[in-house]
Amino acid sequence: MTLTELANPTRFLSLTTRVLPWLAIVTAILLAVGLYQSALAPDDYQQGATVKIMFIHVPNAWLSMFVWGVMSIASLGTLVWRHPLADVAAKAAAPIGAAFTFLALVTGSLWGRPMWGTYWEWDARLTSVLILFLMYLGLIALWRAVEDPSRAARAAAILTLVGAINIPIIKFSVDWWNTLHQPASVMKMGGSSLDKAFLIPLLVMAVAFSLLFITLHLAAMRNEILRRRVRALQMLQASKPVALPQ
Amino acid sequence: MTALAALIRRDIRIALRVGGGALIGVLFFLTVVVLMPFALGPDLALLARLGPAILWIGALLASLLTLDRLFTADHDDGSLDLILMSRTPLELACAAKALAHWIAAGLPLIVATPVLGLLLNLDGPSTLAVALTLLAGTPALTFTGMIGAALAVTLQRGGLLLAVLVLPLSIPVLIFGVAASNAAIDGPLSFGTPFSILCALSLASLVIGPFAAAASLRHGLD
Repeated sequence: MTLTELANPTRFLSLTTRVLPWLAIVTAILLAVGLYQSALAPDDYQQGATVKIMFIHVPNAWLSMFVWGVMSIASLGTLVWRHPLADVAAKAAAPIGAAFTFLALVTGSLWGRPMWGTYWEWDARLTSVLILFLMYLGLIALWRAVEDPSRAARAAAILTLVGAINIPIIKFSVDWWNTLHQPASVMKMGGSSLDKAFLIPLLVMAVAFSLLFITLHLAAMRNEILRRRVRALQMLQASKPVALPQ
Repeated sequence: MTALAALIRRDIRIALRVGGGALIGVLFFLTVVVLMPFALGPDLALLARLGPAILWIGALLASLLTLDRLFTADHDDGSLDLILMSRTPLELACAAKALAHWIAAGLPLIVATPVLGLLLNLDGPSTLAVALTLLAGTPALTFTGMIGAALAVTLQRGGLLLAVLVLPLSIPVLIFGVAASNAAIDGPLSFGTPFSILCALSLASLVIGPFAAAASLRHGLD
């Protein structure tokens, strides 16, 4: 099964019909295991029980950027290879990415209140995630501004790729500007500085959230394909000559 | 080359003559800056401290306001289709249009900055520093904004959508523009570092902007 074979929406639909239930089951099991493990994880000696927000916050924050990456690849698919499902993938991913980004912001804010003593701080990491959220919303607005999906797809693809160049620039520029958020501790040179008791639940949650994204994304792509079919059928119906009453 | 020069000359001429509206940007800039003391109160020390930020926000909004005209007028009268079909590469034509737009709409903002700096209680060297950062930074605003303008013209939706798409892209320019101005006025940091990054942002958008705008025009206008 290659990407070109999946270009046929019917084949994609029949494949996802078979795969989606299993994917959903695995996601649910992993989420349950991850939540159970994070509930059992010890309290931090400084942060107490609030450290458990990390198990939700960090996977959301990872996915907020991962989804933009997925959309960038899909945009390349739209512009370069003209893959018919690429714009469906890009469109379906945008609201999900916005939701993950929003959750990362909300959980981070709730975590920040007891730890930093404030819900919001104009710190580098927070600000760049907020800008990422605004860019997701702008992209969704662009999708919704145009009626013709293929036209909207190409415009959104260009904006997504420009955003993909711009997001690292924003991140570094804001990094320079001000900073409070801790630096990366899981993925860095010389191994993770996180204790195993926290690291394992966190990784399980990260995998579970990634699977959750894939499940939601495939389901949203199916919905989008079906929505386009409904639209095409409606236009066909509307363009039929009407038998005038005698 | 002559085609590009002709395009630049034509765009500047249209922008500066009656109905062009390039100078309305300066008027808008002036109005935004005059609004600030009404909101913040006429505290001269406070205005002097916020001055660079106010001038940068004003210039950002003014350049955003005039961006709408970059492609729409040409799209309405059909000359954009001629530019698309001509043998001049579309990327170069886009770059030429953006350059003309910057000369007609961006440079007047910089020329107006000393007068507005006077209103905000900035002294001579500070005003000069802000004007210098604007000179280095506004090309980045025009060339990244051009991407939004091209998207908006192909979708036939201007106004708010354009602003929502373009403003997040201009955040780095704003950060380094204000940082460089503040460093020149009283900051402990050196002026050179943020200023060179500002120049780098302008040069990078000079490369990326025309390609993205041309791609969006090519894909969008069929």
